Amino acid sequence: MEQTWRQAKAAFAAIAVPPIAWLFLFFLVPLAVVWGYSLGENTGPVTIDVTGTFANYMRAVEPLYLEIFGKSLIVAGLTTLLCLIVGFPVALAIAFASPKTKAWLLLLIMLPFWTNLLIRTFALIAVLRENGYVNAILEWFWNNGSGVMTMVGLQPLGDFEPLTLLYNNTAVVIGLVYVHLPFMVLPLYSALDRMDRSLMEASLDLGAGHLRTIWSVVVPLAAPGIASGVLITFIPALGAYLTPDLLGGTDSQMIANVIERQFKRANDWPFGAALSFLLMYLTFIAIAVQAFVQRKSERRG
Amino acid sequence: MADQGLTSVPFLGGGKRPPKEKPGPLEYLRRWPLRVIVGATLVFLYLPLITLMVFSFNTSRRNVVWQGFTFDWYEKAFNNESLLQAFVNSLTIAFFCTVISVILGALSAVMLWRFRFPGKTVVEGSMALPIVVPEICMGVAMLVFFARVMPWPMGMPWPLNLGAITIAHISFAFPFVATVVRARLASFNRELEEAAKDLGASEWRTFWDVLVPHMQPGLIAGALLAFTLSLDDFVITFFTAGPDTITFPVKVYSMLRFSVTPEVNAASTILIVVTVILTAVGLQMQNNEPKDKKA
Repeated sequence: MEQTWRQAKAAFAAIAVPPIAWLFLFFLVPLAVVWGYSLGENTGPVTIDVTGTFANYMRAVEPLYLEIFGKSLIVAGLTTLLCLIVGFPVALAIAFASPKTKAWLLLLIMLPFWTNLLIRTFALIAVLRENGYVNAILEWFWNNGSGVMTMVGLQPLGDFEPLTLLYNNTAVVIGLVYVHLPFMVLPLYSALDRMDRSLMEASLDLGAGHLRTIWSVVVPLAAPGIASGVLITFIPALGAYLTPDLLGGTDSQMIANVIERQFKRANDWPFGAALSFLLMYLTFIAIAVQAFVQRKSERRG
Repeated sequence: MADQGLTSVPFLGGGKRPPKEKPGPLEYLRRWPLRVIVGATLVFLYLPLITLMVFSFNTSRRNVVWQGFTFDWYEKAFNNESLLQAFVNSLTIAFFCTVISVILGALSAVMLWRFRFPGKTVVEGSMALPIVVPEICMGVAMLVFFARVMPWPMGMPWPLNLGAITIAHISFAFPFVATVVRARLASFNRELEEAAKDLGASEWRTFWDVLVPHMQPGLIAGALLAFTLSLDDFVITFFTAGPDTITFPVKVYSMLRFSVTPEVNAASTILIVVTVILTAVGLQMQNNEPKDKKA
């Protein structure tokens, strides 16, 4: 049973003060300052007056920025969807593997997750760029295909045109999927692993096929796991900075890149502050939706 | 784990299995479509990383064709003064971040696990914030804080000049430690604590001799998590780093902007190896722990 703090005031103070003080001073205060700035305006090169204006938020909903918000939501949504499509079968296979294989596969999925995000993104550049791996493989097929065609008396295919896989929106989505796939697989796996397997066996025994069993038995049972996988993939993807910065082109800016520009280059801190709080509100909305879905599915189950 | 017996097919008894046996109904990993998907996913996850590591040994400057084996890029990376400095900075920050995060994380876990107090939900919610708030938002908050509210003194001697980055790292790392330690505390039998106190142990002795040994696996796991989170972080550091306080990821980032040479591959390979070793050590420690404790 938990103790009330009154029973051991000295111990409570010794335990509670350091973390609460740290959290307050080095996390809540900085956030509060940004929040204050989002309601302020530049009055000089380095002075910002908190005037309580909503001008920054009004500017954030202008079509230009609204479009970037929309685009970020679409990119993050697409990333989450692709992660779900790839991650679900992978999680399913892992959950039903033998204990030893399971441990190895989980480790293999986890390991890239522990390596540096920047390094992973950089590794992807080397694979995707015009003289990178993917294009080299495609070129090899192209040239050999071309050779085969001349051999059988057809026109050769002509020169190989490397695909532009880098510095565009496709690259951003590929990069985000690459980075966030483990986030999706792990919660899905833990949901599928906990599931009551006799229900699946019953469904298969009663004549439903595998796809039907997965769709009408496994998916509803794993719904809370799917919801949390979706959430922890969607949130970091929505606020991604590095991936669109390194893999994207001029038109693949996401919210985080715009925020960075306000703080580091445009020097419009109030506007940047407003944008980052809008991003934070979007995150909280996503969390609230997930909590709602979770509660609903728990009540039903 | 209890339902494992249900799914493993009885006639699979021995290690050898007959070649043409049909997979059991739920052995999804033995069906070819799933094998293809799992295999393709692993290739997708590892091909870029392996390519990166392989080409750090390539004689050619371009990361395309294999021309021959060399250690030149490692030599270059090791002779690159600022890269080395950045690496040392990263390790130093990660070390201090780990120590303080573990202390703060353990204290928060014990606080939330042991006490009932007014405003507990608020504290709990605020502790979860650093985990869910987008990195970029936290990065700009730290930038603003260290630029306007509490400027970190310029020209401090090393390692004190890394203070701002370290503080920022602790702020996002210790709530993760708290989560891990709290999960571990859930399995603690509170009566042990009461027994220790009944037998005359002081508050401090009980904490140190009863609670801390129980938390230990959680503390180790939390420490590793804090260390990797700190070593891995780019975005928040990017906003708090000054010209003379560059960390490894920030340095690699500027190298990438400048030109992509195999030197970056070499530096990255070193970091990957360091991380993999750390993870392996951590997993080993966690696997050994329960056996000792349950005996």
